[in-house]
Amino acid sequence: MLDSQDQVRFETLVLPHLDAAHNLARWLLRGGADAEDVTQEAMLRAYRFFGGFHGGDVRAWLLQIVRNTCFSWMEKNRHGKDMTEFDEELHGPPSPNPETLAIAANSRGRLTRALEGLPPRFREVIVLRELEGCSYKEIATITSIPIGTVMSTLSRARRQLQLALVGPVNKEAVHGL
Amino acid sequence: MGCNRSATILHGYFDNELDALGAADFERHLEQCGNCVDALEALESMRSSLNAAQLYEKAQPGLRQKVLAGIDSRRTVTVFRRRAAWQWLAVAAVLLLVTYTGLRVVSPHRGDDYETVLAAEIIDAHLRSLQPGHLIDVVSTDQHTVKPWFDGRLDFSPPVQDFADQGFPLQGGRVDVVHGRSVAALVYGRRKHFINVFVWPSNEKDAAPRSGSRQGYQWVEWRARGMEFCAVSDAAPSALEQLQSLLAEN
Repeated sequence: MLDSQDQVRFETLVLPHLDAAHNLARWLLRGGADAEDVTQEAMLRAYRFFGGFHGGDVRAWLLQIVRNTCFSWMEKNRHGKDMTEFDEELHGPPSPNPETLAIAANSRGRLTRALEGLPPRFREVIVLRELEGCSYKEIATITSIPIGTVMSTLSRARRQLQLALVGPVNKEAVHGL
Repeated sequence: MGCNRSATILHGYFDNELDALGAADFERHLEQCGNCVDALEALESMRSSLNAAQLYEKAQPGLRQKVLAGIDSRRTVTVFRRRAAWQWLAVAAVLLLVTYTGLRVVSPHRGDDYETVLAAEIIDAHLRSLQPGHLIDVVSTDQHTVKPWFDGRLDFSPPVQDFADQGFPLQGGRVDVVHGRSVAALVYGRRKHFINVFVWPSNEKDAAPRSGSRQGYQWVEWRARGMEFCAVSDAAPSALEQLQSLLAEN
């Protein structure tokens, strides 16, 4: 239960991170309209829980709520389809060379598809690190993965993103549908 | 790959997350490891592509408004829920007034003050019920469904009857809080209006209906068969009177 002072605090502390909330939801849910609804739901949830926020990194606090709201939404609406982990090859082909990668990543559409094709657990760390500029500590808070695991998760996520970018054309065709 | 370093350290270095010692150590390694230099370059290339693609998607301007509106409606509910506190203030104010005038201190009857406070509270409860999702907890036009629903939720059994034939179809019920106690709220329809009838037990003797209006809402209050009733709606006063007599007769 918030009084008007808390509401002002919420509006000055939490609401400025609405873009970050939306961006995370948009990439986790891979879409616009759902992302907007879920962001709104997450913001209201945050408002409800705001009494329990006792200072600290407010963006990480909010994004954690957004992230959890997104995952519940995905579980509910997509019957876990998005939750499936891909079998990744840890010792697959060597890293693509920078030139090939640069050319492949030159298109926004192709980057978007490659990112959206990652499992959510990988997608979220890329979005949080590369788009949102979060530190490992913040990523650990938001995603509830141990801080010691953030680096290795990022490493696997980036590798898979690179492979998706320079991957076979037919793979792109599948994601492009 | 010819590199004995854990591939993940590279990411820590790339992200500036290694401590000074670790970073210096890794830089020494970089001087002799072409693989790691290439991998680092690939990471940098990808980061600049991600930046160049401007993938960050800000919220639409409308979303902020929607969130604010959502907060406001929640806040309204919150304010109503907080009433317990200012209820006491209202009671204190009434007591003060009563003491000050010195007239009604020993009066055995509950006076207009009680009624004013009650009416305000009932109308608040009515308004609160009109918020989306708040009106009805048990949706049924069947009195035999609604009545048992209250069992276990209340420490009394409110009279529940459908008056669809008389133009007041029962819509359902819910448990609400009035005067700090749990009360039964029966919801009747009247054309396009809703009528909330709040019912709770009373030890006082039966009392004829008293009515009034406030903020554009009508209310009727009466006591019968050990229950206190208070009906409130924005329907016409005559409709409320009609429902009152139906409830009083049955």
